[in-house]
Amino acid sequence: MNDSEKNIRNEFIQTLVQRFGKERTALLPVLQEIQKKFFYIDEHSQQEVARLLNIHPVEVNSVISFYAFLYDKPRGRNTVRVCKNIICNYHGSLEIAKALSTELGIGFNETTKDGKVTLEYANCFGMCDKSPSILVNDQIHERVNKESVLNLIRDLK
Amino acid sequence: MNTLNKIKRTGPVLFSEYEKGSAVKKVLEMEREDILFEIKDSGLKGRGGAGFPVSTKWMITAAANADKKFIVCNADEGEPGTFKDRVLLLEYPELVFEGMIIAGYTIGAKEGIVYLRAEYSYMLEFLENFLEEMRKQNLLGKNICGKGFDFDIFIRLGSGAYVCGEETALIESLEGHRGEPRNRPPFPVNTGYLGFPTAVNNVETLASVPNIINKGGEWYHKHGTDKSTGSKLFSVSGDCKYPGVYELPWGTTLNEIINITGAEDTKAIQVGGASGICLPATEFGRKLSYEDISTGGSIMIFNKSRNMLEVLKNFMEFFVEESCGQCTPCRIGNVKLLEGVEMIEKNEYTIEYIEKLKELGRTMQVASKCGLGQSSPNPFISILENFKDEIFNNKPVLN
Ligand SMILES: Cc1cc2nc3c(=O)[nH]c(=O)nc-3n(C[C@H](O)[C@H](O)[C@H](O)COP(=O)(O)O)c2cc1C
Ligand code: SF4
Ligand code: FES
Repeated sequence: MNDSEKNIRNEFIQTLVQRFGKERTALLPVLQEIQKKFFYIDEHSQQEVARLLNIHPVEVNSVISFYAFLYDKPRGRNTVRVCKNIICNYHGSLEIAKALSTELGIGFNETTKDGKVTLEYANCFGMCDKSPSILVNDQIHERVNKESVLNLIRDLK
Repeated sequence: MNTLNKIKRTGPVLFSEYEKGSAVKKVLEMEREDILFEIKDSGLKGRGGAGFPVSTKWMITAAANADKKFIVCNADEGEPGTFKDRVLLLEYPELVFEGMIIAGYTIGAKEGIVYLRAEYSYMLEFLENFLEEMRKQNLLGKNICGKGFDFDIFIRLGSGAYVCGEETALIESLEGHRGEPRNRPPFPVNTGYLGFPTAVNNVETLASVPNIINKGGEWYHKHGTDKSTGSKLFSVSGDCKYPGVYELPWGTTLNEIINITGAEDTKAIQVGGASGICLPATEFGRKLSYEDISTGGSIMIFNKSRNMLEVLKNFMEFFVEESCGQCTPCRIGNVKLLEGVEMIEKNEYTIEYIEKLKELGRTMQVASKCGLGQSSPNPFISILENFKDEIFNNKPVLN
């Protein structure tokens, strides 16, 4: 990461700390916002957060590693999550997973070469009555099928 | 937002006619003791799964002596097969938020926090706007309805961890830590968020409160059964024609659920989510209630074409992944149970070993630190016992 990228992150983190405060309770909201903007929380940002909130960097990393939706490794600009719990499986989520995987040319927990999409499984996201559903970033798409998910993917930037 | 929710059946209790703000206005003129009596009369118990009496929780929090107190709305809704809180938040946010205001006034909290699971962040903007609207109507903020009570609600997002629905893990998470459950006691009602007395309640529990205030505890108590008063929201999914959220009186049988939701050829019903129990057709006459089959409301229906071992494997994979790993019975136990399922799948098991695993499951139920490890053996034990013919018959068993 070059200096200008670091500066962009420093400035952003500064605004987050102004918004959420310097208390420990601010840690998750700050990490969530970094994640949203930069798609993962790089080591430099972790250190900057640790410094401003006065927490040990190891501690910051340990919090990130606990939560399934926080990441310390580079990811795609979009995340597509397919529910892998039984109700969705029985409504065709496995076929949808396969279609996505084939279309994107990647496996699960992988990112496309152009950095556009990371494909993941997730546990039940409370859409079992409209199964199968997928999460594209933070939007739910309900009762999808093989064709509709491919259209969704093609629309991603 | 593209989710058309529409509750499939709204009953006369939770969804009886409600005028926005009416219960808040009423409550702010009541004495706290009278509110607590009303809640006690209603018999309302927690809807998040554990069924703890709401009046007791609020009474302890109200009695605690502290500079600050908090009311937390548990909107983590991570139990597989549960989605009623999603529907409540999207369609009846006034009931949930007003329930929080009433709780806050009763226990003496000035701040309410909604812990919303990350998977529901698509609701955030809608809910924030709704709160803003309530502030404009003076239902939140300073001097609510001119009655001298200050209270506001803030939403905090989770980050994808089922265990954070456990109330002490939730509090750890709110405080900026890994969401690892704490030892109890001390309980949140005494030592909760930031060390202050905190009442944590489920979305549906809070949403039940405004109507109890308006119509009285006695009215509420008339619905349901004697020990399970009022109604319950059931999230029904799986092999049925009309999956969705249903408000039904406590005491409804599984057979009735089958009829209402148009399920056919039903073989098994998993009640209570992955951490619940799985019942065969011979048990469909049983009643959903705290005294019979207690549940947070997840009902998953499986028809005759489904493979119960596959169902069980899916649940155990869930627990292996979601165990926080803090205590040994749960961290190691769930892995062992999953391995056991895989052994059965490959036909490489002995009955003795499977019996030992059930024994391990029973140990986990008592020795695990939190409800996750205490309940994760439930599907293992109940599926292997209730569907043993399907699972073990016609398979050569190694000796
Ligand atoms: C692993 C685990 C997950 C839980 N998840 C939730 C949840 O998502 N929502 C909820 O209301 N309660 C959940 N609970 C129960 C809470 O710990 C707590 O009992 C509940 O929020 C209390 O509210 P109530 O009394 O209104 O039900 C969970 C418990 C455990 C052990
Ligand atoms: S029972 Fe499981 S989830 Fe709960 S504290 Fe122990 S390891 Fe963590
Ligand atoms: S099982 Fe897939 S959303 Fe619930």
